[in-house]
Amino acid sequence: MAGVVAVAAESLAGGRARAARTVLDQVVLPGEELLLPEQEDAEGPGGTGERPLRLNAGVRARVRVVCGPGLRRCGDRLLVTKCGRLRYKEPGGSGGGGGVYWVDSQQKRYVPVKGDHVIGIVTAKSGDIFKVDVGGSEPASLSYLAFEGATKRNRPNVQVGDLIYGQFVVANKDMEPEMVCIDSCGRANGMGVIGQDGLLFKVTLGLIRKLLAPDCEILQEVGKLYPLEIVFGMNGRIWVKAKTIQQTLILANILEACEHMTADQRKQIFSRLAES
Amino acid sequence: MQRGLDSETKRQLEEEEKKIISEEHWYLDLPELKEKECFIIEEQSFLLCEDLLYGRMSFRGFNPEVEKLMLQMNSKNKTEEVEGETVELDVSDEEMARRYETLVGTIGKKFAKKRDRVNYEEDENGHVKPTVKAKKMFLKPQD
Repeated sequence: MAGVVAVAAESLAGGRARAARTVLDQVVLPGEELLLPEQEDAEGPGGTGERPLRLNAGVRARVRVVCGPGLRRCGDRLLVTKCGRLRYKEPGGSGGGGGVYWVDSQQKRYVPVKGDHVIGIVTAKSGDIFKVDVGGSEPASLSYLAFEGATKRNRPNVQVGDLIYGQFVVANKDMEPEMVCIDSCGRANGMGVIGQDGLLFKVTLGLIRKLLAPDCEILQEVGKLYPLEIVFGMNGRIWVKAKTIQQTLILANILEACEHMTADQRKQIFSRLAES
Repeated sequence: MQRGLDSETKRQLEEEEKKIISEEHWYLDLPELKEKECFIIEEQSFLLCEDLLYGRMSFRGFNPEVEKLMLQMNSKNKTEEVEGETVELDVSDEEMARRYETLVGTIGKKFAKKRDRVNYEEDENGHVKPTVKAKKMFLKPQD
């Protein structure tokens, strides 16, 4: 890790922008500029030799590149705004696109993003809307009609202090975030009030993404221990429930601790738990 | 006696009005700025970047509804990429064709006049089909 940071510092001191392709999976620091693949040829190695003649010079089909969290557009280049590892995803089966670049960073503070599924706590009920605390700078608003099967006469049974699993429909820096508990077809799809009992605790955002990755071993091992239910919110909140309080607490401790454990330590703990 | 103005004077008056209005309108005397086409789209969501699983999970039968949802939502993510999903047919094509064949007869009978209703007869299965009978033409008497 120290070696990687030294390399990054060196290139920063040089003041040249690096090509995004060469920096994949390496640590990038805020303020760095990254070149997209098309621009690399133009920069070229400093001044040596002639520029190779390109037959198709002039018209080049530019593909749209998506810059994800941690990156911003700066002219034709990408500007890094968070420190972390640069990641890249190839464009999917549809062909067009150009891929997605983003920075895999770690933080505890959540900023509401449209489309994210989050766990919120109802803090107030005023007229037709509920105020839900999602861990951002403002409480989100949730209309009472945004539940499955809710009408003006048939109001949902939501009290102050309830846990809600919903998604954002409006989330930008200029407006108060708004969330709903139905999807665009009007179905709940598992969203809504989360049931009784259980335990809600907070973890870092990076851990949530790690646990929700398709090939996460932690969840597979946890699922073999005993019957349980987990809800992950992208705002860093996890709700767990098991048959007894002790099992719930064990589960919460495992999930909080697995961020800082290596795979071996984790396996040891799981095997010890499986015995008892 | 002509009340009101004729069309020419009206037109002139309108043009003068328009001229006055357009002179009053303010505009920026700047050269046209060309918007540069941008090839980079900014997104703040992690959904595009990583394929994340659905947030609600249940293991070993703790909550059967959530387990059903898990299967549904996670397979939806994977099959979204598959193009051309085959739709399961409730009714087979042959049955559909048969149904339409008899439907023509039943509806046709409804709109046929009383004389033509004789032409429609019932099949063995109770399906109404029109039978084509030779039309009775005028026979010229032979000498």
